[in-house]
Amino acid sequence: MAKVTIDGVEVEVADGTTILNAARQIGGDLVPPAMCYYSTLKDSGGKCRVCLVKVTAGSAKDPRPMPKLVASCRTPVMDGMVVQNITSPEVLEARKGVVEFLLLNHPLDCPVCDQAGECDLQNLAYEHGAAKTRYEEDRRTFEKIDIGDKIKLHMTRCILCYRCTYVADQLTPERVHGVLGRGDHSEISTYIAKAVDNDYSGNMIDVCPVGALTDKTFRFKSRVWFTNPMDAHRDCPKCSGKVVLWMKGEEVLRVSARKDQYGEVKEYICNECRYDHKNVKDWTVEGPRHIDRHSVIAQGHYERADLITLKKEIERQIEFEKGKPLPEPNPSLTA
Amino acid sequence: MQALTNRSKVVVKKQMNFWERIYLPAILGGIVITIKHLFRKSSTVKYPETKREISQIWRGQHVLKRDEHGAERCTACGLCAVACPAEAITMVAAERVKGEEKLYREEKYASTYEINMLRCIFCGLCEEACPKEAIFLTDRILPTDYGRGEFVFGKDKLVEPVDERVDVTVRQTAAVLEFKKHKQYSHNK
Repeated sequence: MAKVTIDGVEVEVADGTTILNAARQIGGDLVPPAMCYYSTLKDSGGKCRVCLVKVTAGSAKDPRPMPKLVASCRTPVMDGMVVQNITSPEVLEARKGVVEFLLLNHPLDCPVCDQAGECDLQNLAYEHGAAKTRYEEDRRTFEKIDIGDKIKLHMTRCILCYRCTYVADQLTPERVHGVLGRGDHSEISTYIAKAVDNDYSGNMIDVCPVGALTDKTFRFKSRVWFTNPMDAHRDCPKCSGKVVLWMKGEEVLRVSARKDQYGEVKEYICNECRYDHKNVKDWTVEGPRHIDRHSVIAQGHYERADLITLKKEIERQIEFEKGKPLPEPNPSLTA
Repeated sequence: MQALTNRSKVVVKKQMNFWERIYLPAILGGIVITIKHLFRKSSTVKYPETKREISQIWRGQHVLKRDEHGAERCTACGLCAVACPAEAITMVAAERVKGEEKLYREEKYASTYEINMLRCIFCGLCEEACPKEAIFLTDRILPTDYGRGEFVFGKDKLVEPVDERVDVTVRQTAAVLEFKKHKQYSHNK
């Protein structure tokens, strides 16, 4: 076990835990944002640099500070380590710079993009970025590519987090897409436009932090904040079958996996659940999905609760806002 | 019974006298008032022959702008609809196909765009929310009608005709005009 202090909060975590995961065990504002790290994907992280933190004391044995800011998703904690995240102006300044770099080539076509409203980069830029860009050059542009018949790739929006390639590597039997080229020229692509079609390829859409990989069956159907997200499940022989139905009236516009408060999918779903069951009758609807009230999706989204269960629900949401994992929902709420 | 306020008055049913009973003085008094008003300056105008002067920032009927090449600016992002406090705006998005680049500015456009003018409160939040400078409120006064259906304005009434542009320069704030001067802030490169 290692004792680590993050922003003045002390926490004891298992050896080998990264600083990011130690911060997530504390929860709240001091959790560094992450665009490429994904807890359920092995080896992810270390690419986007938004989770940079300052280590003011390396360990109890060697309390010298680390010379540079470190990526918290890749740095394991040491006993007696002291970390500064939001209390360090240097970190906030660096993060602002990283956001500016991520946005250099990002087209900012949010009004067109289907990811708008649930986009990690949008949230990150809103919280940490500067409102104006200093970049005067032309942005890099790519043609849109169809990856299979269900996924659309907008390479212009990609921030090269590599999450989707890890999904293909770790969830599907063979990976047929990857990053081609180097440096400024790197792009996600398939080899000679080879189609990605295997049972779990649709999860690339969910792990994509931006709108680079989007669901073609949902393309331009509706903005997410006009849909009504409902938790639902079905007996699926291939996957857990636990999904979110994005509904408009009685119509299911999109099916996606459930994301936790850090936007990470814990239980991946198969393509059959995602694409082939766009009918409410195929699903057992559990009830409205809990949406953070700061999200634009919470606009016009109501979660049913009677007064007795409301108190428990508020306590549950307070836990959620602290960044703790969402406790089990009230059975009466999902009835 | 105790009065709830001190403003209550006790009603007295007084007997009218002779002059009051024949009503003639009261009627004549009324006629005199009517005749007086005939020679006063009228407080209404005869719209549409004469039009009342309106403020420069009057918020009237909406317009969906086209860009300098005549392509529709609206990209159906839904921000006007989410900003609308009266929930008057609905839209359906569609993808632009090859060959329609002259018609629509971005790869997505609104295939239907409707404003229910009976719900609209002309607050102007839609034009404030619009990231594409597509919707503006103009100085045009909304026409009246006999039925309710006519007040749901579709794209046929909202989009400005190519040869008959609607001038909205007065609606663009100084901050927006200043922003547009700097090329590096532009998102559409």
